[in-house]
Amino acid sequence: MDQYYHSIYFDSEKCLGRRKCMRVCPTQAIRVRNNKAQMLEERCIDCGECIATCPNGAIIPLTDPFGELTKFRHTVAIPSPALYAQFGREILPSKIISGLKRLGFDDAVDLAYTCGKVSFAIQEYIRQYEGPKPLIINTCPTVVRLIQVKYPNLIDQVLPIDIPREIAGREIKKKKSKQYGLEEKEIGTFYITPCPVKMISIKQPAEKGRSHLDGAISISDMYGPLLSAMESVDKGDYRQSLESICILGIGWALTGGICRTLKLKNSLAVSGLSEILQVFNDIERGKLKDIDFIEAYSCPQGCVGGSLTVENLYISYNKILKLIETLEYEKIKACPDIREVRDLYRKNYFFIEGKLNPRPLNPLDKNLNQAIKKRKLKQKVYKALPQIDCGACGSPNCFTFAEDLVRGKAIPSDCIFDFASNDENLSQEISQLVDNPVPLNSNPLKKNKPNKD
Amino acid sequence: MKNKENVLSQHYEINGGDFSNAGNISTQIKETLKELGIRSSLIRRAAIAAYEAEMNVVMYAHQGQFQFSLTPSTIHFTVKDLGIGIEDIELAMQEGYSTATEELREMGFGAGMGLPNIKRNSDQFQISSTPGKGTFLDIFFYLNQREK
Ligand SMILES: Nc1ncnc2c1ncn2[C@@H]1O[C@H](COP(=O)(O)OP(=O)(O)OP(=O)(O)O)[C@@H](O)[C@H]1O
Ligand code: SF4
Ligand SMILES: [Mg+2]
Repeated sequence: MDQYYHSIYFDSEKCLGRRKCMRVCPTQAIRVRNNKAQMLEERCIDCGECIATCPNGAIIPLTDPFGELTKFRHTVAIPSPALYAQFGREILPSKIISGLKRLGFDDAVDLAYTCGKVSFAIQEYIRQYEGPKPLIINTCPTVVRLIQVKYPNLIDQVLPIDIPREIAGREIKKKKSKQYGLEEKEIGTFYITPCPVKMISIKQPAEKGRSHLDGAISISDMYGPLLSAMESVDKGDYRQSLESICILGIGWALTGGICRTLKLKNSLAVSGLSEILQVFNDIERGKLKDIDFIEAYSCPQGCVGGSLTVENLYISYNKILKLIETLEYEKIKACPDIREVRDLYRKNYFFIEGKLNPRPLNPLDKNLNQAIKKRKLKQKVYKALPQIDCGACGSPNCFTFAEDLVRGKAIPSDCIFDFASNDENLSQEISQLVDNPVPLNSNPLKKNKPNKD
Repeated sequence: MKNKENVLSQHYEINGGDFSNAGNISTQIKETLKELGIRSSLIRRAAIAAYEAEMNVVMYAHQGQFQFSLTPSTIHFTVKDLGIGIEDIELAMQEGYSTATEELREMGFGAGMGLPNIKRNSDQFQISSTPGKGTFLDIFFYLNQREK
């Protein structure tokens, strides 16, 4: 099986087997094996829901430390537009960009402008598109993984336009290497990220071999130093600063921002995994065929709600919204030229470099006949379980335990109710159908009892 | 006869007018087909047909039963309801024909595409109905058939 890169790491030293993470995981990707939480790599979509629930800080989001900068001859910071929402209303993007340049990067580039170009490219694509609808935005890696794992049917509806941070990384490397006579790999491109999830699209892009970004630094790690760095930056002229903001681009910080600034009528914006699941279920049923485009972000309200941001998400949401309203009111459109974008579009400037493939979970068995038998057994096992979802076994609930059992990833005595011990037939059927099962708890006497502090 | 055939079957009850649970059957069937490793294009077709059949019961009948069964060669749905039934089946099968109320249309139903979609997505489809009594659908998908 392929190895999957994940942006979340479980520290087994710190884990006390308290199972809180296991219960909140929306894709049932966590098991507690011998008292330690473990991730099932093929199921995890990196949504990060588990991180904050751990009382012991054992689930750690992975981003790059500042130190990574020294590996490159020339470094460029590319901040997510969500960074612009982290400071008071009077601090505009131009000041933030200047602040970044004083933090040890050789340069900092406004990503909103590239986002604006991509917005236009999306508009072009939607206009010419004739396949199944709605199209789904690909900027949130969790959403892309969710589709690969749970909604492989929808894969053709994922936008094939590359994400702005990748396009920006590509163009910056090209331009800077020429400018300074360096190789592209000597130019370090660093995304300033609102969530750990972007790391996965950098370390293991869903559709191509290599990312054009070299790393991601968390907004929260950057916040303090950036705040001090900005103290010495001149405020600059307010009007002039406003006039440098691409309205289309800052919309990318929020869910619904792209549609709003492009004025797309037939579109929908969702955020939060449970809402996304509902909407994707509806799409799979053939509903929502009249919708052209869906903006979907796993974090609440979009990237402003990312787990590595600092400002309260409603405040930051509002800041971006107010900024959009001000720009609309002032009729300021510091955006790319649409004719230029169309020209680039025709030259394939925007399209993703590879193909996005589904990554469905393994079936219960490769042989359909066996799979049907196992599926029936799973039902039987589930019926025999107490169905109280206590989690003591190490599976998040009885239903998942039944599945683990028929997949050979648990044994009947892992359940504290030892449900099969007085059902000869069931025990026999299990041992006949499941080869070499691995118990969740290797020490059956001690069971998988949670540790107390 | 040969060995007893390996059949997975599931039975669901549908209550007319119960929009809050509408769609659950098709979601569950979809999950089951995924676990069995059925190819995704077929899952998509089956899920659409299941959803449309389920919705018609919710919209036009008091009560219904949805039977799903699967063998290594066939997916089979039967959907039986107690409801108003259909006077003119040929008409009901036409794309765009619908008797959905204004209220249902506001909820996004009533395009008159449900039955035609079931027919288009399935490999074999039969419908019969007794006005005033109820409607019966028989829907098949063949696992070894080439994709339509
Ligand atoms: N189970 C049923 N009982 C009674 N009448 C039905 C039943 N199924 C369909 N009909 C009738 O057939 C018509 C066409 O059904 P069809 O599913 O094709 O479209 P619809 O339900 O009206 O709209 P849509 O499915 O696109 O939301 C319905 O409007 C209804 O009059
Ligand atoms: S009842 Fe048994 S199977 Fe269910 S969650 Fe508890 S230990 Fe696991
Ligand atoms: Mg219908």
